[in-house]
Amino acid sequence: MASVSFDSVTKKFGDFTAVSDLGIGIGDGEFVCLLGPSGCGKTTTLRMIAGLETPTSGRVRIGDRDVTFMHPKDRKISMVFQDYALYPHMNLADNIAYPLKVRGESKEKRHARAREVADVLKIGQLLERMPSQISGGQQQRTSLARALVYPSDVYLFDEPLSNLDAKLRLEARGFLNHLQRDMGMTAVYVTHDQAEAMALATRVAVMDAGVVVQYAPPLEVYRRPATTFVANFVGNPPMNLLPVEAMIADGALHLRADGLATSPLKVTRAAAKALEGGKSLTLGVRPEHLSIASGGEENTIAGQLFANENMGPEALVTLEREDAARFTARIFTDEMVALEGRVRLGFAADHIHLFDGEGLRLPLDGEEG
Amino acid sequence: MTRYLSLYFTRIGFSVATAVLGAVFALPLIWFVFAPFNPRAELGLAVPDPFSLANFETVFQNAFALRGLWNSLIQSVGGVVLVGAGATLASYALSRSPIRGKNVVTYILLLFSSVVSGSAAMVPIFLIVNGMGLIDTHIAVILVFAGGLLPTAMFILRDFIDGIPKSYEESAMVAGASPVQAFFDVALPVIRPGVVVVVVWAFVNIWGSFLIPFILLRSSEKMPASVAIYSFYSEAGTPIVTLLAAYSLLYSLPVIVLYLFVSWKFGFRFFGGIKA
Repeated sequence: MASVSFDSVTKKFGDFTAVSDLGIGIGDGEFVCLLGPSGCGKTTTLRMIAGLETPTSGRVRIGDRDVTFMHPKDRKISMVFQDYALYPHMNLADNIAYPLKVRGESKEKRHARAREVADVLKIGQLLERMPSQISGGQQQRTSLARALVYPSDVYLFDEPLSNLDAKLRLEARGFLNHLQRDMGMTAVYVTHDQAEAMALATRVAVMDAGVVVQYAPPLEVYRRPATTFVANFVGNPPMNLLPVEAMIADGALHLRADGLATSPLKVTRAAAKALEGGKSLTLGVRPEHLSIASGGEENTIAGQLFANENMGPEALVTLEREDAARFTARIFTDEMVALEGRVRLGFAADHIHLFDGEGLRLPLDGEEG
Repeated sequence: MTRYLSLYFTRIGFSVATAVLGAVFALPLIWFVFAPFNPRAELGLAVPDPFSLANFETVFQNAFALRGLWNSLIQSVGGVVLVGAGATLASYALSRSPIRGKNVVTYILLLFSSVVSGSAAMVPIFLIVNGMGLIDTHIAVILVFAGGLLPTAMFILRDFIDGIPKSYEESAMVAGASPVQAFFDVALPVIRPGVVVVVVWAFVNIWGSFLIPFILLRSSEKMPASVAIYSFYSEAGTPIVTLLAAYSLLYSLPVIVLYLFVSWKFGFRFFGGIKA
């Protein structure tokens, strides 16, 4: 196992900058997820670790080796591809044992090792089959077995679960988490599925347009998203965001928007500074922190009922406001009441998020320091 | 009711029309199968009576004609090896490497390929081959065919390779394979169906070609079957139908065998291993 570090790495394809001045470090034994929408540069980042792309500028290191221009075969890495890339003319045993074959292992030794790994992944009985004769989930596990068959410094995953159906994906995700706990491997995992990133990562790097917007443990990313982009990307359904007018009066911060009533907030230094430039902020509240308001109007938001989707344990209640903005709440069905017409959703003051005019997080009371 | 009736007649009409069309195309083939075994074969279709191998006996006494089949084999196999190997390596490089202007190169080559092996270029080709002192050699025929067929072969194969995900070789290289290992262990087996198509196409092209060997070769013991077939014409230029038919059947056997072998051994298909 080894660490990985990027030293101001930039990758351009012609005029397009895929990755811009990347400078993250991945610790030994860490499981880092690169999370972002398609085209954000996460796969390019992964391929630069693998050596399948060469940075336009900057350095990539694995452990204390500078691997920037090193051929993939010399990097001591394993990679699971999105399309699995199983060799169609080899049976599973030969597929899994291929990395050992190029390392000059004897046929007996490498097949024994392939069987060992295959048994762990529960595909031991399929070793004689060809890749086209097994199911998608089995193909996925075969490609995983091929990556695990020899010891590597870093394990790379390029959206390995995106071709599986929902149920298999959950199962495979649980297995990967178990594997990480078991082996303590250094892993870099590319995904656009925030739930996958949250479930697997020790740290998540949220990327947007070639830049890492936030690099923090999953709970930190969830609790204190650095920008509105992260707030909107992490969480399911995403965080509700509402432009509000803010003003400081009587030593407290007041937020104003149609149908919104918040209790006065403590004025933090960052908030005071943000309000020098203007008075519009963005208010964020996660759907799971909203409930059907029962008492007074304080800390509530109102709107017409737009949709009420029952999901079993919980329901998604969506309001539509006069300005067409929608607000979604996740309500436990046990706490559900009959809803109609104008509905009021309540939230706790310590569960709100504030972002400045540029979408950067404003630390609230207790976060500053 | 009338609607069903008209549908019924439409079907009958269609079947009759296709049957007639099929028969028109089948007649020469049936002649081709029957005539070699008929010692009194003429241009008309007739069931052999008696069924005999006499035509073949006569053909086998013609050393020049038999030698022609052997020469065809030398020239075709030689050309196919060159075209197959050259096209595979070149099109793989053109498909995978980030060379600028590779599309232009491919299209220019394709444009000129039809010129090189075409009759328009026969005079310059003759002069070049003559200048190299290669007139009347198998190698001259092989080289000219390879030059003429390579661009089209490269074009076909490049298109095929472009359609194969790079992740095959990438996964091999990440697993520790050198580019050469990745090519031979993974890429080549995966693109083999495309190579097979090109090889069969090149073989059929060379095997059936008349003009190039006729011009580049002098001595009768180097002539391929496509030229040797003229030894079954009388002095006056009329074909000796019985012998011609027998020789034609022998002449087409290797191509048929090649098709059968290839479809048995490789199959003209692509096997998937990439999850789309």
